[in-house]
Amino acid sequence: MDFDGVIVGGGGAGMRAALQLSKSGYNTAVISKVFPTRSHTVSAQGGITCAIASDDPDDDWRWHMYDTVKGSDYIGDQDAIEYMCSVGPEAIFELEHMGLPFSRTESGRIYQRPFGGQSKNFGEGGQAARTCAAADRTGHALLHTLYQNNIKNDTVFFNEWFAIDLVKNQSGAVVGVIAICIETGEVVFIKAKATVFATGGAGRIYASTTNAHINTGDGIGMALRAGFPVQDIEMWQFHPTGIHGAGTLVTEGCRGEGGYLINKDGERFMERYAPNAKDLAGRDVVARSMVLEIIEGRGCGPEADHVFLKLDHLGEEVLETRLPGICELSRTFAHADPVKEPIPVVPTCHYMMGGIPTNVHGQVLTVDSSGQDSIVPGLYACGEAACVSVHGANRLGGNSLLDLVVFGRASGLFIESALRDGIDVADPSSSDVEDACNRLNKVNENSKGEKSSDLRKELQNVMQNHFGVFRNGKFMREGIEKLVDLRSRIYDARLDDKSQQFNTARIENLELQNLFEVAEATAIVAEGREESRGAHAREDFQDRDDENWLCHSMYYPTDRKVGKRDVNFTPKTVDTFQPKIRTY
Amino acid sequence: MLQVSLYRYSPETDEAPKMQDFRVDTGGKDLMVLDVLELVKSQLDSSVAYRRSCREGVCGSDGLNMNGKNGLACITPLSEVVKKGKLVIRPLPGLPVIRDLVVDMSLFYAQYEKVEPYLQNDESPPEIERLQTPEDREKLDGLYECILCACCSTSCPSFWWNPERFIGPAGLLQSYRFLADSRDTATQERLSKLEDPFSVFRCHGIQNCASVCPKGLNPTKAIGHIKSMLLSKSN
Repeated sequence: MDFDGVIVGGGGAGMRAALQLSKSGYNTAVISKVFPTRSHTVSAQGGITCAIASDDPDDDWRWHMYDTVKGSDYIGDQDAIEYMCSVGPEAIFELEHMGLPFSRTESGRIYQRPFGGQSKNFGEGGQAARTCAAADRTGHALLHTLYQNNIKNDTVFFNEWFAIDLVKNQSGAVVGVIAICIETGEVVFIKAKATVFATGGAGRIYASTTNAHINTGDGIGMALRAGFPVQDIEMWQFHPTGIHGAGTLVTEGCRGEGGYLINKDGERFMERYAPNAKDLAGRDVVARSMVLEIIEGRGCGPEADHVFLKLDHLGEEVLETRLPGICELSRTFAHADPVKEPIPVVPTCHYMMGGIPTNVHGQVLTVDSSGQDSIVPGLYACGEAACVSVHGANRLGGNSLLDLVVFGRASGLFIESALRDGIDVADPSSSDVEDACNRLNKVNENSKGEKSSDLRKELQNVMQNHFGVFRNGKFMREGIEKLVDLRSRIYDARLDDKSQQFNTARIENLELQNLFEVAEATAIVAEGREESRGAHAREDFQDRDDENWLCHSMYYPTDRKVGKRDVNFTPKTVDTFQPKIRTY
Repeated sequence: MLQVSLYRYSPETDEAPKMQDFRVDTGGKDLMVLDVLELVKSQLDSSVAYRRSCREGVCGSDGLNMNGKNGLACITPLSEVVKKGKLVIRPLPGLPVIRDLVVDMSLFYAQYEKVEPYLQNDESPPEIERLQTPEDREKLDGLYECILCACCSTSCPSFWWNPERFIGPAGLLQSYRFLADSRDTATQERLSKLEDPFSVFRCHGIQNCASVCPKGLNPTKAIGHIKSMLLSKSN
């Protein structure tokens, strides 16, 4: 099988990239391990942040850029953030033209709500309302719209196919992937002039996560096994409001619409931690404040292990029109009706800020022996799997959907023009293909070893306990020891089911190896970054250290070493935003 | 201990499907049905096949038939569905079974694609978004939320009888989602493609679709609107 472009992943980023290529008439395939509308983009609730100047006619993408740079704790690349924020409105209007059913204002424009970390006039003009929403089902509306438009444009879908590993040719260029059809067990080499990883996040490395079962970091695993580095992988966002016990997400839009957090005394405690932005401070700030409340004994419930999100004062009408999905989720998973009572919430792993380093065209980068960026021929990445980097050490709410639409589109645009100029790739030799098949063969042959479900649980607990909201060196080193032991056990996990057709046990074993690769990289870099910045909070290094760590971390899988890469401070059309103390 | 009876079928080894019983320790908790399946797969039999993803009722992967009623396993608590300490889980009815609880949804998706489920507008778009009043937007509520889980279509006798010719409740709900959209200009073309006796008119208002929809949507009502539009078109 031979395509111009192969996109691995059928979520928002992958389908936006695919759409760009299909529309231009290129032979495009999407490989997705689930039917595309089952991808995790569907779970995004609150919206997509972008300065479309609907709520405020004077809104300016530069203000959004300022917020994003500040939110990133200054290790987001300013050229990439500039690109995302300035191109964003065009990308949003395109989605609307495709049919995305945005909520509307009285004047008929797209409805925008306030989200955390948003400001007007470079932090001087108070809270902005910049997050474009389709009620609290924005991800659902976005994902379905993109799928529908891919149908319209005849994108080829390999649904319920799982990509196993990259295939390189002798000169090191990526020329496609080995993939398995889950339904039949058939294994094929899918060849492409451009291979795009849009494989999403890996929140399932943690025991408590808002992420879907399928978020197992498959693209990151494949990149690391192919010897490519990942960037800022220690930066994991803990969303302040996951439903206690279930982990399901409660959108920040709840606080945007006027909800707030309370402790067991009924105190609106965020007023103490962030006097100006209060409950709409950066997610890292809110999550840490919640954990401190719990540690200091002011948590709610019999175990004092969560806090409450209060919404009832907003009234039934606002809740049912603006936050209908949240009402549903809370009733189902927390047995609490937000119209009458608060929702029990706790910080929960939500988003991977790091990923496969790329430039703004989605081209995957590595660093050569002289420390210079070098492009990996044939390989692209976008969305949560990529680190372009617009989120740095902490992502702002509403920026993930914008990231995936803008950079899915940008990857598509770049590949489109590269294809027009002509891409010539040398075929892989049969040994290149065989290398990529080895992992599958090993997984299939393992008949001894431990059960992968037990190993997965053990891995998730190590990450939860040793690499959570607060981290310290000693405890992380213990965690790394445990991971050393887990590596061989996970790669030797037993596969009892040797059947070919719809063998989900086999897929789960392959996914577990990807989870492990992400977890190990996270652990090693988290221990290595000796400072606190954004989502990375160290008890033993409590301050931000701009002298040594105002940089990206790089993780090199071949020798499992941590390196550094410069952050971009040279946007093209605006002055550099200089690092400042970050307060809300 | 919960008695769980699962529909099992392996195309490689089984001539015919069978039911297999498991005893599952729920720890006395009111788990979701999906949690029970995860317990079976992780502790008792790793070969059980089913689909799942978001585990919060928004991705539509785990539509199943539980004690006789279609629904999403991840948001169906045991207390809602278990009868006399027993839970019987079967694949969605009416579609070919690939393995265990996994059905072949090709026909369901084909019916969805048949309604051209994407906005069609022959005017060139403005520089910004197309405007739409909140009232016009409200007409899409109860339609755009469909997650394509197939609980409705596979509970519909008309779809069981004519799955190739009757579009079914899910496809028709999406059809009406675009007919109702003030931004869509292909209303007449869309209606023309639905005029035959099967596509829409095989719906006899049985309402199984509305009673099983895990998102609380009402395809029967949407189909009623399409029928009215078709009838007023032919008058």
